[in-house]
Amino acid sequence: MKKLSARRRHPAAALVVLLLALACTGGLYAVFAPADKAQADETAQSLTIEEGKKLYAVGCASCHGTGGQGTSDGPSLVGVGAAAVDFQVGTGRMPAATSQGAQIPRKKPVYTQAEIDALAAYVASLGAGPAIPAESQYSPEGADIAKGGELFRNNCAQCHNFTGKGGALTHGKYAPNLEDVDPKHIYEAMLTGPQNMPSFPDSTLSEQNKKDIIAYLDEVNSQDTENPGGLELGGLGPVSEGLFGWIFGLGGLIAVAVWVAARTAKAKKS
Amino acid sequence: MSSQIPEENLPAAQDTAHGAVGVADEKNPFADPGLPPHEHRRQDIDERAAKRSERTVALLFTVSMLATIGFIAAFVAIPVDKIVYIFPFGHVSALNFALGVTLGVSLFTIGAGAVHWARTLMSDEELTDERHAIEAEPEVRAKVMDDFRQGAKESQLGRRKLIRNTMFGALAVVPLSGVVLLRELGPLPEDKLRHTLWSKGKLLINQNTGEPMRPSDIVTGSLTFAKPEGLEEHDHDFNNEIAKAALMLVRIQPEDIKDKRTMEWGHEGILAYSKICTHVGCPISLYEQQTHHVLCPCHQSTFDLSDGAKVIFGPAGHALPQLRIGVNDEGYLEALSDFEEPVGPAFWERG
Repeated sequence: MKKLSARRRHPAAALVVLLLALACTGGLYAVFAPADKAQADETAQSLTIEEGKKLYAVGCASCHGTGGQGTSDGPSLVGVGAAAVDFQVGTGRMPAATSQGAQIPRKKPVYTQAEIDALAAYVASLGAGPAIPAESQYSPEGADIAKGGELFRNNCAQCHNFTGKGGALTHGKYAPNLEDVDPKHIYEAMLTGPQNMPSFPDSTLSEQNKKDIIAYLDEVNSQDTENPGGLELGGLGPVSEGLFGWIFGLGGLIAVAVWVAARTAKAKKS
Repeated sequence: MSSQIPEENLPAAQDTAHGAVGVADEKNPFADPGLPPHEHRRQDIDERAAKRSERTVALLFTVSMLATIGFIAAFVAIPVDKIVYIFPFGHVSALNFALGVTLGVSLFTIGAGAVHWARTLMSDEELTDERHAIEAEPEVRAKVMDDFRQGAKESQLGRRKLIRNTMFGALAVVPLSGVVLLRELGPLPEDKLRHTLWSKGKLLINQNTGEPMRPSDIVTGSLTFAKPEGLEEHDHDFNNEIAKAALMLVRIQPEDIKDKRTMEWGHEGILAYSKICTHVGCPISLYEQQTHHVLCPCHQSTFDLSDGAKVIFGPAGHALPQLRIGVNDEGYLEALSDFEEPVGPAFWERG
């Protein structure tokens, strides 16, 4: 120590101290830099939540309560998860009109995807719930369509019809047509059970099962679905087909018969 | 009768004065107006028009022949799995579409040609053809009745009562052989309608994954279908057994369950009900998780699962049978007994 102290007035002392200080700063920076980055991420996340909270206060709080606790006009959002928000707002069902009928219909979304993500992040921060699925979870690539058809007929077809054309429920409620619904939204609907639809959580309908169902719907109910018979008449089954045959088939024959008999072939029209 | 018909309305009179119209007067207020005067068609007068009609009919028949050739060509040329887009039908089979159109055209043009031929070229003069009397001549009727009486007397049926009575007996008994044959339509149902595969200790197997379930797998508001442990889809009696044993599992918040027995037979709000409608046995699982109602798609019977699956609407006569469930030592859901009552539609011995 004495040795060091004796040399403190050495002409190179200032330089040595400066180098040491620089090294220390650099080392400290190297140690703390990752922590700073994580903090930056967290800040971005909390900024998204903050952004979502603002949107929520303007667009959602009047029905769902200022803290998502729910009111007499709307259910509590604590624990519904980001997937439920992405589905409800992404399909335009939310925000709903103040006086909707038996069921809130699908319509053009009001918010952009970025705003929806912010809202979802805010609602997810209120309580743990299912997250928005990643594309690899819902993409129909590489799924078993036949198994999907079996699962769809066992779990979904009772309400949504055997090819997802939808159907009626009680008191004006209905299961909507699933034609060309975004696979992400189908996945989220199975996961969260919107409105009166029961949920099919991963514990009873696995991720792979959900993927198979989405692949089946993609095969049988989209714009590009191959339909060898053509003119499916809503795909509702033999009742609508029979009705069409009776009304338009038989009606057409009667109309032709009446037309033939009503037109006179006489030279002098009376 | 015939003497009362005015002379001028008889066909003989009409032929001489075609177009004469009967006039009602005091003596005969409902005079037959007869046929209207015959009008000629353009084709009857103008040979060029008749030629045009002939060519039209021939054209229609020719189109039919071409369409038939098109049908055969389409059948030979178009592969069975070729899909094409045709508005407004969408992505349809090219072969189905071509066969339908060509066959439709060939049949329609035969019909249209025949109708056009009949309307423009065949004779269109209306004729009256009187019916003859339905009744036979009196002599013929007398002969038939005499023959019948003679035959009855010669058979001695009225005199020999023993033959008559045994014949009636034989005729009355012979249908019994047919009734006895009905016995062989199949085995008697015995008590098959009263029992299902469920019994104490049978695990509830998730029909999607084929795995047993823990109570934590069934979340509130979810819907799951279960089959009894040991029943596999490739079993030869799978359809017969699942038709009785099909089960739907829902979870309702305990405070929302209105019926005490419903709560006791479930496990922490997990309720297991038969999926077979008690009206005519349709699979019934249109579950509304907010109202806890289940709707049958066949005749709209509605059941309240939070209240013992009581019928709240529609033609069903019984509540859906509930299965008593619990949790075994390993923490899996299991049945505690078979259904207490027969599942599915009522039958007459059910009471």
